[in-house]
Amino acid sequence: MTYDEMHGPDGSVRPHYGLLARWLESMPKSAIEEKRREADLLFHRVGITFAVYGDEQGTERLIPFDAIPRIIPDSEWRLLERGLRQRVTALNRFLHDIYHAQDILHAGIVPAEHVLTHDAYQVAMVGVDVPNNVYCHIAGIDIVRDGSGEYYVLEDNLRTPSGVSYMLENRRMMMRLFPELFEQYEVKPVEHYPQLLFETLRASAPPGVREPVVVVFTPGQYNSAYFEHAFLAQQMGVELVESTDLSVHDGVVYMHTTSGRERVDVIYRRIDDPFLDPLAFRPDSVLGVAGLLAAYRLGNVTLANAIGTGVADDKSTYPYVPEMIRFYLGEEPILRNVPTWQLRKPEDQRYVLEHLPELVVKQVQGSGGYGMLIGPKASKKELDTFREQIRANPAGYIAQPTLALSTCATFVEDGIAPRHLDLRPFVLSGREVKIVPGGLTRVALKKGSLVVNSSQGGGTKDTWVVREGAAD
Amino acid sequence: MLARVGDRIFWMSRLMERAENMARLLGVTSNVVLFSTRDTQEQNLLAPLTITGTTKAFFDRHDSVTLPSLIDFMGLDESNPSSISTCIRQARENAHAVRWQITSEMWETLNATWLEMREFRRDQVTGREATRFFDWVKERSHLFRGVTYGTIVRGEAFNFSRLGTFLERADDTARILDVKYHILLPRVEDVGGALDYYQWAALLRSVSSLETYRLIYRDQIYPINVAELLILERRMPRSLAAGLDEITRALSHITGQNDQPAKRLAAVLHARLVHGDIQEIFRGGLHEYLTEFLEDVHELGQRIQRAYLGAL
Repeated sequence: MTYDEMHGPDGSVRPHYGLLARWLESMPKSAIEEKRREADLLFHRVGITFAVYGDEQGTERLIPFDAIPRIIPDSEWRLLERGLRQRVTALNRFLHDIYHAQDILHAGIVPAEHVLTHDAYQVAMVGVDVPNNVYCHIAGIDIVRDGSGEYYVLEDNLRTPSGVSYMLENRRMMMRLFPELFEQYEVKPVEHYPQLLFETLRASAPPGVREPVVVVFTPGQYNSAYFEHAFLAQQMGVELVESTDLSVHDGVVYMHTTSGRERVDVIYRRIDDPFLDPLAFRPDSVLGVAGLLAAYRLGNVTLANAIGTGVADDKSTYPYVPEMIRFYLGEEPILRNVPTWQLRKPEDQRYVLEHLPELVVKQVQGSGGYGMLIGPKASKKELDTFREQIRANPAGYIAQPTLALSTCATFVEDGIAPRHLDLRPFVLSGREVKIVPGGLTRVALKKGSLVVNSSQGGGTKDTWVVREGAAD
Repeated sequence: MLARVGDRIFWMSRLMERAENMARLLGVTSNVVLFSTRDTQEQNLLAPLTITGTTKAFFDRHDSVTLPSLIDFMGLDESNPSSISTCIRQARENAHAVRWQITSEMWETLNATWLEMREFRRDQVTGREATRFFDWVKERSHLFRGVTYGTIVRGEAFNFSRLGTFLERADDTARILDVKYHILLPRVEDVGGALDYYQWAALLRSVSSLETYRLIYRDQIYPINVAELLILERRMPRSLAAGLDEITRALSHITGQNDQPAKRLAAVLHARLVHGDIQEIFRGGLHEYLTEFLEDVHELGQRIQRAYLGAL
């Protein structure tokens, strides 16, 4: 059974969608078509595109934008917000712990060998203190709903989560296309996200720096998320730097300007750990800055996010997050985890191999919807291939029940039809935790598809957190 | 401003200006060639190659020089680093890399120029529609400069853009003026005659200065006046003196850590032009004067690059 965001089981429209549904019915099809074309044109002109990996011509593509918003009543949002705050706080505590006293490992709650032998665990971070003890300044937490409408956390993204520019541009687009809807719905604003991000980054500067210089560090214009890097730098009014713009002298990071060297205090980096510093990590990286890790360990510069956060957002760490919340905060988790089988455990592995056609299997290290098996949709050949892969490397996989993922009305070729979606709210942690209401809603545009990733043909919707009763 | 960004903006503007002046150079060459005799035609076709230093590169690709092959090489040849087509493509690439630091109108203008450039067919450009192509290049360059002037914030980006434009223009005007040294008249007695007159007029027209000449000198065309107009006349926006006016002004708004060598040379060149005397220049030889000026401008470009725009 699938939860329909817009309609109840009896087919009636849910109260918070009432006004939108009536408005959609009243709009002639041609008027809606015209708005869609207008949106396409505007997105192209602004250049909100993303480069697609593996596309030989390196072309830029638009992420399809769907003009029907996804609506969340604010009572539901308040619960989500509390849950997100709790979860990210616990994850930051966990990261601090594993690079310091390792209480959670000593207590046997998370297996020490799992953490300490993890690829993303950075020995270089052991004993290094970071400002506010925050490791993950920007987190994107993927949330889905099951058949009953219950919210679940599907995945934590604690490295360099992307998508927030689409959240902002989608809102701008919706306000431009359908101002009349905003007059009737009280939609909570998201436009101040860049300001909150800037404050978060400034609040994370090394101690004693009064007017911190913040930069956004991008791998360059051929990166798939370059648009977002440039967009955020522009919105915050800070420099967008590439590796050749930075250098380290005597443990201090400088950017090279037309008037000489300028000291850099906070780096919002959109480059993965292995590429950050060729002296410390991959020596073949041309995207990084030699000596950056040394400057960072000296406390002369802040990296957001910190080095070594990947150990906490890995799919094999995910099952322990509820325990982390209990351990560090002494609270019951507000947001649920999806039940997860860890294939390195023999009994889990036996169960999963027997029930493979019902389950979703994911690579522990995978992201972007690659390397994933959706049992109910897989051919016998695919099932066999995965069985072999699991037997060869059980620790490389986890399995979860196939979640139905909720659906929302979406424009398709022949009108409006329900399509599956998820939600990625962005959680900012500086001296305090801040979240703008909503996030990025990703929608699978293919009928029946459960994969919402933009690299796999997914689209996006504006996400409205609305005051209830305001627009019934 | 990041040095890398300054560098891109400098070159974006410089290459667009170069594309324009290549079109002007080809324009004057096409005109002069129309009135050449068989003996002088080849020599006259070689002039633009000589003054842009591309003679060898040209003969690596062509056996002999004709007007269509010259226009093909200097207009469309992607393997020629200073062809119009290459300049436009690279100006657009530079803009693409900094499209978030320039205005969207600037980016859109260069992007559209590049897209339109790709639509020109080779046989059109090298044939009877050559003039239309040269005019189009000039128009796109005017448009880009106007869009830049009209939209960009008055800050470092503006100043580096001006530096690129006027450094290139000073260089190109000097080269275009030097063309007259390299092109020939059929007979010695033609010096000062109708054909000589025609060549000087074509040269003036190619740098949009024929009207200005008449306005300022109210006289027939004398070589020494033409040289004075294009070298020393500060009211003439394509003259060397006007170029150095703009360069020193832009530099005065920029500060860098080791920029004294660049600023000093700019000031020296500026003073030489402001206080220059055309009789003196002619006594020493116009071609010699222009050759030295080109070397100085090249050195100034290097010093600007080192002072502000170089990598770490």
